[in-house]
Amino acid sequence: MTALLSVKNLTVEFTTRDGIAPVIDDLSFDLAPGETLSLVGESGCGKSMTALAIMGLIPSPPGRVASGSISLAGENLLQASETRMRAVRGNEISMVFQEPMTSLNPVFTVGEQIGETLRRHQGLTRRQAKALSIEMLDAVQIPLPARRINDYPHQLSGGMRQRVMIAIALACRPKVLIADEPTTALDVTVQAQIFDLMRAVGKETEAAIILITHDMGSVAEMAERVVVMYAGRKIEEGYVDDILTRPRHPYTRGLIACVPHLLETVSAERPYLQEIPGMVPPLSDFGFMGCLFAPRCDRVETLCWQEKPKVTQITPSQSAACWNLQDAKVRVDA
Amino acid sequence: MQFLAITLKRCGLGLGLLLAVLVLNFLLMHLAPGDVADTIAQDAGGLDAEVMAQIRKDYGLDLPLWEQMLKYFYNVAQLDLGYSFYYNQPVTTLILEKLPATLLLIISAQVVSILVGVVLGVIAARKPNGIASHFVTILSLVGYAAPVFWTGIMLIILFASMIPLFPIGNMVDVSVERTGFAYMIDVLHHLVLPMLTLASIFIALYSRLARASMLDVLGSDYVRTAQAKGLSEFQVVFKHALRNALLPVVTTAGLVFSGIVSGAVLVETVFSWPGLGTLAVQAIVARDTPTILGILFFSSLVVVVANLLTDMVYRIIDPRIKTAETSEI
Repeated sequence: MTALLSVKNLTVEFTTRDGIAPVIDDLSFDLAPGETLSLVGESGCGKSMTALAIMGLIPSPPGRVASGSISLAGENLLQASETRMRAVRGNEISMVFQEPMTSLNPVFTVGEQIGETLRRHQGLTRRQAKALSIEMLDAVQIPLPARRINDYPHQLSGGMRQRVMIAIALACRPKVLIADEPTTALDVTVQAQIFDLMRAVGKETEAAIILITHDMGSVAEMAERVVVMYAGRKIEEGYVDDILTRPRHPYTRGLIACVPHLLETVSAERPYLQEIPGMVPPLSDFGFMGCLFAPRCDRVETLCWQEKPKVTQITPSQSAACWNLQDAKVRVDA
Repeated sequence: MQFLAITLKRCGLGLGLLLAVLVLNFLLMHLAPGDVADTIAQDAGGLDAEVMAQIRKDYGLDLPLWEQMLKYFYNVAQLDLGYSFYYNQPVTTLILEKLPATLLLIISAQVVSILVGVVLGVIAARKPNGIASHFVTILSLVGYAAPVFWTGIMLIILFASMIPLFPIGNMVDVSVERTGFAYMIDVLHHLVLPMLTLASIFIALYSRLARASMLDVLGSDYVRTAQAKGLSEFQVVFKHALRNALLPVVTTAGLVFSGIVSGAVLVETVFSWPGLGTLAVQAIVARDTPTILGILFFSSLVVVVANLLTDMVYRIIDPRIKTAETSEI
């Protein structure tokens, strides 16, 4: 498997009042062409920051990429010029954000906002861009696209706006689409539609997708592989099937147990909804040498407080960073 | 079409407002004790009751109040604002003579302060902790705190006396006869200092406002989207951010227009600019009621028109307002 996008030993630091905090700590993962990879974790785990790092949009100051590399088809984006990065953004790598209500500019029509990307990257004329924008609106299943193109964002519902965002992101047929919690702000029924759409349009344009989410349910539905992040570190990685059935890290197990399920009776296998006690540590604790999950972990040992967990390669495709790995035989019913 | 309908509606409202101003003006005029007959009697050193009654009859002052009011409205509708005994001229002629100078001053000050203020605000917002940003903060603090007449006098000392780049006052150089283009240049030359004086306070206001609103907009999700599209820095700032950041500036610009008219009075006095302000001061000193009321009427006209324009500009910049109004009509 040759990687399309390869993130290696990426460290992003933020300067805070308490000193320098690594919001992303030695993160590595690969994305294969056409693959859907999911980054999972709670809020504040560095998922969105990873996305912004790939886009070259880390807010600076206070943030900066301290070390590592991000290569797209062999080209290290961290060393690319700003001009080159502008040619990459929206063209080779594009992004859909979490808040469709505020991610579109209220003073421009959706047609203008889609067409602008096309004109910028594909050198199309206004007329060509408009025609293609209508096609894109049609592709994201917005009815009457030729009329809708003259609408302003406030005239559209949240789901419609997210479709427009996807149309903008996919207009230039990017190699990589990063979707940062694309359905978190939407109704459940609309979520399913957006996922279907992303799958269909993603397949059509052959874009590899990085889906950022905190919801293991979305992961199960969308992704092929998953990277679980906690406090800026990758703690487990593997195929979705393996991770969902045999999670080896206690945090992954906790995330899966958090997914609500519809069952008539509460059984031994499916007890009441579980929670992970505590919360993600504050940024100032991110540099801590031990395991950052230790304060919340039910399998914590003395070693966990002293040393950063070593990555264990469990199978060729699955790895986890934990001193006290969950027994593979313990299955979690997802 | 909608735009036209809304504009017409706004014009109607503006007319209503002007009518209200007229009613107030008229009542104010009659609240004050004494009338023209008393004034004439005073000037003449006393008149007998018969003559005074005759004068009242001549001026229609013996009619019931409502009839006088209708007559007054009828006259105003024909742009007849009465007669100034102090200047011995119809008030309308007097005002129309001075109005262009004032309009030139306040409109140029407004345009310059919006342009300069917004540019300074944008520069400051790009690097909120940079030197430029601190400079803008200090400039606006000083500009806002300094009284207009003080700024005016300081500018005169600096640029008319110490470094004589500009004339110290008046609108034209009366010692030389100029026409056409040369005349325009001369007026512009005279305009610089008073315009800058009047603009200083508004530059302060707009730059602070533009800085704050630009900072806000630059942190918004849609600006991040614009960046993620790979647009150039210029497009992100001036296309996507600025248009949104302008909204509060436009609102304020409309609101301060009433203030700018009264601010112009001070500036005109300092620079002996032959505008409405100078006229108003003289009329107040001379207790020339018709002239004062006429000026009041014209300045409310200016404010109403300015607000109409603000409203239209707002509608052009922000599409959300157009539809919000549509559902109402």
